[in-house]
This record gives sequence, structure tokens and C-alpha cells, in this order.
Amino acid sequence: MARRVAVVVFPGTNCELDVARAISSLGAHPESVFHLEDSLGSAEAVIIPGGFAHGDYLRTGALAQFSPIMESVSAFAAAGGPVLGICNGFQILTETGLLPGALQKNAGLKFLCASVGLSVASNRSVLTRTTTVGDQLQIPINHFEGNYICDRETLAQMKANDQIVLRYTDNPNGSLDDIAGVSNEAGNVVGLMPHPERASAEILGSVDGLVLLESFLAPL
Amino acid sequence: MKFLARVEVGHQAGILDPQGATVQRALPALGYENVSEVKIGKSIRLVIEANSESDAREQIEKMCEHLLTNPVIETYEISLVELTGDAAENSAGE
Repeated sequence: MARRVAVVVFPGTNCELDVARAISSLGAHPESVFHLEDSLGSAEAVIIPGGFAHGDYLRTGALAQFSPIMESVSAFAAAGGPVLGICNGFQILTETGLLPGALQKNAGLKFLCASVGLSVASNRSVLTRTTTVGDQLQIPINHFEGNYICDRETLAQMKANDQIVLRYTDNPNGSLDDIAGVSNEAGNVVGLMPHPERASAEILGSVDGLVLLESFLAPL
Repeated sequence: MKFLARVEVGHQAGILDPQGATVQRALPALGYENVSEVKIGKSIRLVIEANSESDAREQIEKMCEHLLTNPVIETYEISLVELTGDAAENSAGE
């Protein structure tokens, strides 16, 4: 595998180096793309890493949709290209309308930083297609606004389309239906609150994140 | 015409308001045992030029749908005051 992966960087993004290192360890070639650029170049996959894009001003992820690069990301996604949003990247994808629902403040009203158990709920998505439904993963979360919410109709639609990708085994933040990650209808755009890049080496306590990143980077 | 608009942003029913909840829990410490339903939202103030009040309102509704609020989790209420004379000149509105 030698895939060129665009890692999108907004002012306030802070997980881009961790993501780049994790996917490099899998043989991919990360290319940092600043939000003011309007082209993804020859990227074969796109990752929007975590952090606080645009300072989380107004709402988490709200202002990123107006950054020039997001037009290219939307077009790339519409053409079926793999797009992954991690944590703040997930919030950006919901605010941009590439993924359904929204992330509200954690039910416990606390910022959460912990390793959590996840269960693969669908292997139809680009993030989980090399896994088996029911696979258990241990990956850290690090967020205040990670409590997934959507209206009843959207939830029913997502279930019918198999768009719920990952669930928490012990819901840490009050997320609706234990949702930790979702995909778009086609399965090529995925967002999740846990940080796979922080579970990408033995020294970090878990390598389970590599399972997801490997799936994401595998040839389509 | 110039209008001073205030957009009150609140939470959709069922959406958590940790700030409101925390303040509500703190008020009894000051002796106020009689307070409930504390909600903390956002207030956005802007001055807009438009052909009419309904035109201004319509434009602000679009702003709310596309940027100022996230309709999945937030509600909004728009109030408009026409600015005339000095207020319109200075756009201060208050």
C-alpha cells in the first residue's frame, strides 16, 4: 500500500502529526493540506484530524465548512473517495452536511479523556470493511462534545442503511444508541469520536486503531 | 432600511445545557431555592440593511439555517428593530 492521503489542517487542528505518523507506519504517504488551499491534489484518501478547527468558535466544526478546501473535500466525497473525520473532524463533517446528526456536550457534563471499548456495528463502511461485525476494539476518546444526537427519523434511516459504524460498549458520553461513529449512505465518508491514531503503537497501550486505519487505507 | 437584529439561540428540546444545569445547581447556595429551568443560550446581535423588515427577517433566517445555528440541536428566535436617524448613521443601535 502506498496511498497518498491528504491530512487537512485548519487553524486549531492539533492531531495532524499523530495521524500522519500512524498512517505512515502502515506505509501510506500523508500530505498536509492547509485549509486555504482549494485542491486535494492527487490524494486518494482524505483525513480530517482532531483539534479545535477555527477555535471551535460559534460551534465545534461550524466554521470549517467555509474553508476553501472543504469544497474539494465535498466533491471528493461525492465522487466516492474515502473521507475520514476523527473527533473534531467528525464534528466538521456533520456541520458540513457530509454526515447526518450532530455532536452535543457530553451527558456527564465533563470533558472525557479515556480509553473506551468499541464494537464494530457495520463493516460496510470504508473504515471497517476489513473487520467483522462484533469485533471489539480499545481506542481512546478525548472530547467535550462527543454526545451523538439526531432526530428519530434520521436514526431509523441510518439503521435501515447500516450507517452506524461503531458503538461504545460502555457509553461514556450519552450518545444516542451508543453511537461512536457513523458513515454516509454510501459508506465512503466516516466520522468517529475515538482517536484511532492514539491506539497505533504498543507503547500507546493499544494498536486497535491500526485495524481501522488499515481498513481505511486498503485499496478500494 | 437598517435594522438591529438579535438572534436568541437556544437548545432544542432534549439537548443538554451543561452551563444552565450547573448554574441552576449553584443558585441554591446563594439562598435561591425557588429557581428552575435555567437555560444558557447565545445571543447574536447584528445590523442588517434590507428592503423591508420581512426581507431582513428572511435573510437572517437563512443565516440561521446555514451558519448561525445548527438546526439539529439549536433553536432560534429573531427580533428586529428598525434603526432610524442617528442610530442608523452610527449603526450603534443602543
